Amino acid sequence: MSAIVPVVEPRARLVDLVAAEWIKLRSLRSTWIAYGITAVVVVGLNAAIAVDTSSHWKPDPVEDARFVRDGIPLLEAFTSNSALIMMLALGTLGALMIIGEYGTGTIRSTLAAVPARRSVMTAKAAVLTVVTTVFGTLVATASFLLTQAILHSRNLGVSITHPGAARVVVASALLAPVCALVGLALGAVIRRTAATLTASAGVLVLLPLLLTEGSRWSAVAAHATPFHAWSRIVTPRPHPTPYPWTTGGAWTVLAAWALVAAAVTIVSLHRRDQ
Amino acid sequence: MIDVNELTKRYGATTAVNRLTFTVRPGQVTGFLGPNGAGKSTTLRMILGLHTPTSGAVTVGGRPFRDRSRGLRHVGALLDAQDVHGGHTAVAHLAALARSNRLPRARVTEVLEEVGLAGVARRRVDGFSLGMKQRLGIAAALLGDPPVLLFDEPLNGLDPEGVKWVRDLFLRLAAQGRTVFVSSHLMSEMEHTADQLVVIGRGELIAAESLAEFSARGTRRGVVVGTSAATALRDLLAADGATVDLDGDQLTVTGLPASRVSEIAQRHRIPLHRLDTRSASLEEAFMELTAASVQYPAGESR
Repeated sequence: MSAIVPVVEPRARLVDLVAAEWIKLRSLRSTWIAYGITAVVVVGLNAAIAVDTSSHWKPDPVEDARFVRDGIPLLEAFTSNSALIMMLALGTLGALMIIGEYGTGTIRSTLAAVPARRSVMTAKAAVLTVVTTVFGTLVATASFLLTQAILHSRNLGVSITHPGAARVVVASALLAPVCALVGLALGAVIRRTAATLTASAGVLVLLPLLLTEGSRWSAVAAHATPFHAWSRIVTPRPHPTPYPWTTGGAWTVLAAWALVAAAVTIVSLHRRDQ
Repeated sequence: MIDVNELTKRYGATTAVNRLTFTVRPGQVTGFLGPNGAGKSTTLRMILGLHTPTSGAVTVGGRPFRDRSRGLRHVGALLDAQDVHGGHTAVAHLAALARSNRLPRARVTEVLEEVGLAGVARRRVDGFSLGMKQRLGIAAALLGDPPVLLFDEPLNGLDPEGVKWVRDLFLRLAAQGRTVFVSSHLMSEMEHTADQLVVIGRGELIAAESLAEFSARGTRRGVVVGTSAATALRDLLAADGATVDLDGDQLTVTGLPASRVSEIAQRHRIPLHRLDTRSASLEEAFMELTAASVQYPAGESR
């Protein structure tokens, strides 16, 4: 019988945990299906609006120029409705990364293998950020190129070098990781599937729709939501509001949501029984 | 080696584990017994650092498990065979665990072969029977070739061939010098596997001793006597201080050894056609010891 030899252990590396989380994420068929469907719906909806516009458009050089000058091609490059759908979907997908583990009990296998909980959650947040940033970039780029190609058939399209165009693509792309991280943080804190998904939909989609520019507190609260921040960035000529704010402020809001969500995710499991 | 010292866990007003102290030694299979809700799973979770004790401490190999950055090379654990995402294949589940602990990918193939799941390695766990999930859980526990192994109710769902395989595996792991700690709520499962027993009820320690010592605890040892003069012998034995149950021509005697029963019968020329010493089974000893505790379900949280 072989005797037990003292445990020899290689140095613990975060990169191994990142690789493990990536294995878990990519091995689930549901991951590919869910991201795939979301991409098709978001890009498809954007394209459908562009098709609708161009099919009803009556060519007129003056109107064509005004359409472009008013920045409508950019608004159609990624519509608000598409953004809300993507936010809802990405919040859910981010949450699933952790509530999938709580729902199935896998979290105990995970934490028994890696007692360093903050490292586990850091790896999860890292993998989710990379995957959803790639996803967001693909979806936002595809939406931009497809909608502008459709509009271009009526001479209404703009190129990526058009003023404000790159901003639309980048902000729309980044909306994906921001919402996914918010979903992940909510899942890590709440742990239960139904409650997490309700909270995620409430915070990301319902809340910004309820908040208006009507009063100061409501406007400030609205500006602090990812949806309004995105909207501020992508809208070429915002409606005049008694409470104006800068795109710089809007970028800061998006960054703050991502960072706070990541921080909450990383510390959320540390002191709680699993 | 697992060292449990004054371990206590309360959930609100419920005390799941109360000042538990015992040691699990290497080279042996130690059974962890108690009725459902006795606090076994809670204790195992505290050993693994998943739950934080209210007070007291537990170390594995001299250190609290949660202080380690990676666990699989130190402790292999099967807590619940269902603790796996059904959408994963057996290979993906183990590959992720192996990678997280920087274990070579070849270990995944090795442990799958060892537990007999090599043929279904690329099937999704959703389609696995409970027995197959138990084998997958055992494979995960073996991944890091650890010196300490914990199994919570590992025999659930296994067919008789599977039960025999698991028992042989436990004995083999212990013979290699590993610490093997196996929980069960059925004494019969431990009877042919464990060398040592830790018995708890209502979260408190009832016994921590060898299987042999434990079986000697049963108070219902007795002598079974068969005779045609049952009534007469009953009176004689009762006069000698025994407690006697009469059933037809058979007596069950407690309080006197078989030799004394035989002596009394011979002196009064009562012929016996049966005289057996019956020791209480381990199951009976276990039931007797834990009887007081089963009626108080301690909150065993999931």
